Amino acid sequence: MDDSKQIVVTATNRQAPVIEPGHSFASVTDKISAIVLTRPTSNGWFVGFGVSFLLLMGMLYAVGYLFLKGVGIWGVNIPVGWGFAIVNFVWWIGIGHAGTLISAILLLLRQSWRNSINRFAEAMTLFAVAAAGMFPLLHLGRPWLFFWLFPYPNTMNYWPQFRSPLVWDVFAVSTYFTISLLFWFIGLIPDLATLRDRSENRWARMIYGMLAMGWRGSARHWARYETSYLLLAGLATPLVLSVHTVVSFDFAIGIVPGWHTTIFPPYFVAGAIYSGFAMVLMLAIPIRKFYGLEDFITERHLQNSAKVMLATGLIVAYGYAIEAFMGWYSGNRYDAYTLWNRLHGPYAFFYYMLLACNIFVPQVLWIRKLRKSPPALFLISGVILVGMWLERFIIVVVSLQRDFLNSSWGMYYPTRWDWMTYIGTIGMFLCAMFLFVRILPMISIFEMRTLLPQAEVKE
Amino acid sequence: MKMDSESTNQHHEAVCPGKKEKLVQLQTERPALDLDTVRARVAETKGPEFWRSLEELAGSAEFQEMMHREFPKGASEWLDGVSRRGFLKLMSASLALAGMTACTKQPLEPIVPYVRQPEDVVPGRPMFYATAFELSGYATPILVESHLFRPTKIEGNPQHPVSQGGTDVFAQASILGMYDPDRSQTITYLGETRTWGAFLEAFRAPLSIQKGLGGAGIRILTQTISSPTLADQMRSFLKAFPQAKWHVYDPGGRDNALAGAQMAFGQAVETQYKLDAADVIVSLDADFLASGFPGMTRYARDFASRRNPDAGAMNRLYVVESTPSPAGAKADHHLPMRAADIEGFARALASALGVHAGSGAQQGEAQRFLEAIAKELQAHRGSSVVIPGEHQPPAVHALAHAINQILGNVGKTVVFTDPVDANPVNQTDSLRDLVADMRGGKVDILIILGGNPAYESPADLGFADALKSTNIPMRVHLGLYHDETAELCQWHINETHYLEQWGDTRAYEGTVSIVQPLIAPLYSGRSKHEFVAYLSGLSEASGHDLVRSYWQKQHAGQDFELFWKRALNDGWIQGTAFEPKQVALKSEFGSPATVDANALEINYRRDPSVFDGRFANNGWLQELPKPMTKLTWDNPVMMAPVMADRLGLKSEDVIKISLNGKSIAAPLWLQAGHPDKSITVFLGYGRTRAGRVGTGAGYNAYEIRYSAMPWLATGVSIEKTGTTYKLASTQGYQTMETPVGERPLVRTTSLEDYKKDPEFAREEEPDADETLYPHGNGHIQPEGWDYTKEPYAWGMAIDLNKCVGCNNCIVACQSENNIPIVGKEQVNKGRHMHWLRVDAYYQGDRNNPRAHFQPVPCMQCEAAPCELVCPVGATVHSTEGLNDMVYNRCVGTRYCSNNCPYKVRRFNFLLFQDWETPQLKMMRNPDVTVRSRGVMEKCTYCVQRINQHRIDSEREDRKIADGELQTACQQSCPANAIVFGNINDPNSQVSKLKAQSRNYSLLADLNTRPRTTYLAEIKNPNPELQA
Repeated sequence: MDDSKQIVVTATNRQAPVIEPGHSFASVTDKISAIVLTRPTSNGWFVGFGVSFLLLMGMLYAVGYLFLKGVGIWGVNIPVGWGFAIVNFVWWIGIGHAGTLISAILLLLRQSWRNSINRFAEAMTLFAVAAAGMFPLLHLGRPWLFFWLFPYPNTMNYWPQFRSPLVWDVFAVSTYFTISLLFWFIGLIPDLATLRDRSENRWARMIYGMLAMGWRGSARHWARYETSYLLLAGLATPLVLSVHTVVSFDFAIGIVPGWHTTIFPPYFVAGAIYSGFAMVLMLAIPIRKFYGLEDFITERHLQNSAKVMLATGLIVAYGYAIEAFMGWYSGNRYDAYTLWNRLHGPYAFFYYMLLACNIFVPQVLWIRKLRKSPPALFLISGVILVGMWLERFIIVVVSLQRDFLNSSWGMYYPTRWDWMTYIGTIGMFLCAMFLFVRILPMISIFEMRTLLPQAEVKE
Repeated sequence: MKMDSESTNQHHEAVCPGKKEKLVQLQTERPALDLDTVRARVAETKGPEFWRSLEELAGSAEFQEMMHREFPKGASEWLDGVSRRGFLKLMSASLALAGMTACTKQPLEPIVPYVRQPEDVVPGRPMFYATAFELSGYATPILVESHLFRPTKIEGNPQHPVSQGGTDVFAQASILGMYDPDRSQTITYLGETRTWGAFLEAFRAPLSIQKGLGGAGIRILTQTISSPTLADQMRSFLKAFPQAKWHVYDPGGRDNALAGAQMAFGQAVETQYKLDAADVIVSLDADFLASGFPGMTRYARDFASRRNPDAGAMNRLYVVESTPSPAGAKADHHLPMRAADIEGFARALASALGVHAGSGAQQGEAQRFLEAIAKELQAHRGSSVVIPGEHQPPAVHALAHAINQILGNVGKTVVFTDPVDANPVNQTDSLRDLVADMRGGKVDILIILGGNPAYESPADLGFADALKSTNIPMRVHLGLYHDETAELCQWHINETHYLEQWGDTRAYEGTVSIVQPLIAPLYSGRSKHEFVAYLSGLSEASGHDLVRSYWQKQHAGQDFELFWKRALNDGWIQGTAFEPKQVALKSEFGSPATVDANALEINYRRDPSVFDGRFANNGWLQELPKPMTKLTWDNPVMMAPVMADRLGLKSEDVIKISLNGKSIAAPLWLQAGHPDKSITVFLGYGRTRAGRVGTGAGYNAYEIRYSAMPWLATGVSIEKTGTTYKLASTQGYQTMETPVGERPLVRTTSLEDYKKDPEFAREEEPDADETLYPHGNGHIQPEGWDYTKEPYAWGMAIDLNKCVGCNNCIVACQSENNIPIVGKEQVNKGRHMHWLRVDAYYQGDRNNPRAHFQPVPCMQCEAAPCELVCPVGATVHSTEGLNDMVYNRCVGTRYCSNNCPYKVRRFNFLLFQDWETPQLKMMRNPDVTVRSRGVMEKCTYCVQRINQHRIDSEREDRKIADGELQTACQQSCPANAIVFGNINDPNSQVSKLKAQSRNYSLLADLNTRPRTTYLAEIKNPNPELQA
């Protein structure tokens, strides 16, 4: 014990390892699969799951009432036609970016440290995109007709209106969700087979067995697996960039001052990754603590994530700066007023909060000590998530609130239904995460094993 | 020409047009009826008695026989076995016929349709009938659109000289009043339902006792009556009961105008103005451009006709006013002044013009203003006019008359006639006498014909209290609602609405209009005419007979039938306008009132939307933004911003207003342009028994209104209560100014500058091809659609110079397009549904700002930003340039509204439309979809009207002529400010307007290429005052 600690200290002085020394193939498999198969479900899990489940039920109640009454139960109005629903949609979609980025792009870039966090990051992506995907549907005036946004064959030969970014959204988000799901599931297959083989419960064996799709671990299986995984990674990579680009088009295509700007696509993508990594950290830090996975999710992961956040945060800051600059430089009276309104209008407090959360607070990540401190990172990640939510609020609400005709200016006040729906989706997301860590291996077992020194094959 | 068919088919006379066809069939199948018997029977019956056939009505033997047979003739022939097929045929026919009979109630007497009558009733095609809406005795001549005997829309009567097509908001909204489900529907005794028979029974004995006493215990209280028939009935009643007394009270009574006329001429006269002949108009606190001012429709049109900077000389309007109003907004020079100071101003002005009015100079700005006006008036003798405000004391009226006289305006711009009011007494005194009699125990039978005196009478008279406490044995209230007064009377008789009854009324210049019913009374009910006839002993006289027989007496010629039908057809009786009256001016104008320059004064005004409270339950009017404040559902207290600053108050603070020991709490609204040391309260709110819409809205200003000073009082004190009250405004900001510069939304300049630079309003518009998407895009059209090759390209021009901000277009649009109301809470959330709004902007000094009105319908952009963002193609462009909304396709993303720079799209956030109330279903325009929850809606340029005219014109193989087709807003605009038409026709009126140099597009720099454009506002200031 003492020795290994000694080694850790010396290792972090250069670079923390991706996996703590002392593990063997068996110990990795044991440790990860035990969480699902043998470890008793803790009271903490039940409490956490219970609270999330209550929040989810609250959301279902709010959604039920919404379907009964209409979107008028929310705070939306004319001129602010989009409110919390779209803010939350963009926020969740943004969070859903980290998983695929970690899995696909880092895979292609051969960043093997990602192996420890890619599985639950992907799960997080799926759940976040699912939460996001609900909002555009819920915010419709007539949600039961949502399928009119799809180009399905119909007797009237009537198609969606393809110039609308909302139609692009439908394609972008549904494609992204599908690819993410496939990618996640294919990555799970070898581990599902492991669980099948190890579980003692008959039902669990059957279910894992079915999900494992007959995986036997033959060389041919592995070869096909590697090919398909790589192909999917190749497919997913452009999606990471395209989804939020398309989401940003929802705004950039509009003529509303504060929306109509060309910087939106890169700035949205950067923001998405920013918030995605913040969410990864917010999940990873407690998980590694409660499940004792410090060996697998090491300081190296925390550091790397913090660096990504720092980098994307600076891109986002650049976006804000350019927006403000263009408000002045364009000489357009409406853009200029939008800038003024952000700085001095009724929602100015939130704009300053946004600057604090997204630009100023994260600068502490320049300090190495904080980059390594889980509590600090957890806190900063939380601040960033709040900040990114505020950013979407500023973009959606504050731009719409005062546009071209002074006579039509208005205000937006969220109602309790807005809050219930928003907090409810967090509950839904957490619920799914709790279930995920309980029934599936949250860290990729076989990929972790490739990180062991024993896996190094000498040519 | 329509009359011909009526007169040739004599035997059809007794039924309405819709029954004709069935009648003809009856004639061929059955033995001939004795039509005289039928007619006699019909004359005997009253109200909607239902008869199955004329035979039953005539009580014929055949009918009796049929009633005793088990099956009708045709049916019994089938005894020997009906085939299944035959049975089904019979049943389906029966069902279809059953459906036909269930259509609607029809009035029994013939009413004569206006010009656009089809051969007969064509289902789906409306008919238009002329009638008149009356408010406080003054008529607004209207046409009523009727779909299968259901009146659905009020329009101005274009051929009537007073309306010329224009209406005011009250007339427009009255259709909703008729269908109001909260109207009282039965006769009640102490709140319990009774029959008419029961009322007769109960009333007979007291009335016969009074007969013996000459009616000494009878008091009748009416509102202002201008109806010649009703006035005649009242007089004959008073002849029969010589000791009975007729009292008149209207909370908006014109006592001051009357007293002013008495002072000036020694007799009651009506003053009319000919504003089209006036080069200089001086208003002394007269809001002659607001709904409710007698003759407003005509005045607005005449005023606007002289506001064209390119043709003829523009008039110049000076307004001295105590409460900001549309007239003040349109003024070229506006001087806020406390109401109490205006008399001094009038005296000084009169003195300056040579009238011995006994007062000296004004101070500072007022003096400069006065000198300029005096000079202008001198220079425009015979072509100027001074209009006194109804709220001003008699002396101001008298002085205005004197000024007009001395300037030689009388006979040119000012005409004096007999009063329209049939009983021109001082109404406050009249009510005071009544209350004294009530308290003195002299009243045995009190009959209140319309009005709501328990709510609206002056606080010091204590009418409600007298009604409650004096135990008058017989208190009868005839009214549309079971209101505050009905509550205090034993008997309440439900009255018919003017659209359900026969009557007559006078416009402000005296012309009589016959009021025709458009529908049989929804809840039976009785009209005032019928009720007074009953009092006079004609127990079952119908309104029709009363009005007709009165005019038969008046009409000297032989051709009464023609005269009558002509009157019904046209909507007015030829030659009934009053003759100008020669009056001699006296020279005594009383002594100047002493005014304490520092005392706080309180002004009372009827609310611009609900008037004196009678429209409190009218949702359209409650939700109609008031012209100056854009507030809905409430009556604020207006105060000048400087005064509020001094007192540390702000808008929505609740203040306590105390006067003569009584006090009310009311929310404050800071109104730019309001004079200092003065507040204005609005009457008509705080109703306790108005109905589901009006009850509980606002505060009741009548509680501190006193008979001695009904419009203006001093000695009022205000104090802050510390609480606030949320007011619901439909307009976000009332200024075009922003911290980064002013936005050129309403473009305005002076006449002088306009002459120098006529193109001032046109900013550089971007080239049409500076867009990602070619014009007229949309997937149903090829790229770069060329509108000019189409037969029509619809466009609209709105002349901001003419618009007087009266809001009439909003109500007209609401009525035409089945637009729901949403309630105060939803208005506060920003969800009002008006497709057309009138923005009011203030500019400059907040103590005396310039105000501008800007009606904003959909701009129908050629490059519409809304269209390209709709994911389902629910809003698309038509080949004629309309931005169409496909309700059925809308899924409600609201992206279109976000992307609409004009924010003219309205969304059904909840189920705003009333799908339940049966009365409201009858009211809806069948040509317009009733929208449900979750869809976007917007102005369509009244596409249903376009299509109707397209169908008509194509059948006649011609193009739609210019002016034939009018949108609802355009049709009823009293000022003629809205012009719609085909911009592909260079000779159309709208094309000519758009060709003017004043024409500009709102937010033109966005390159949306709106089809709705504006003509910039040109003021005509006096160069002397400007310096």
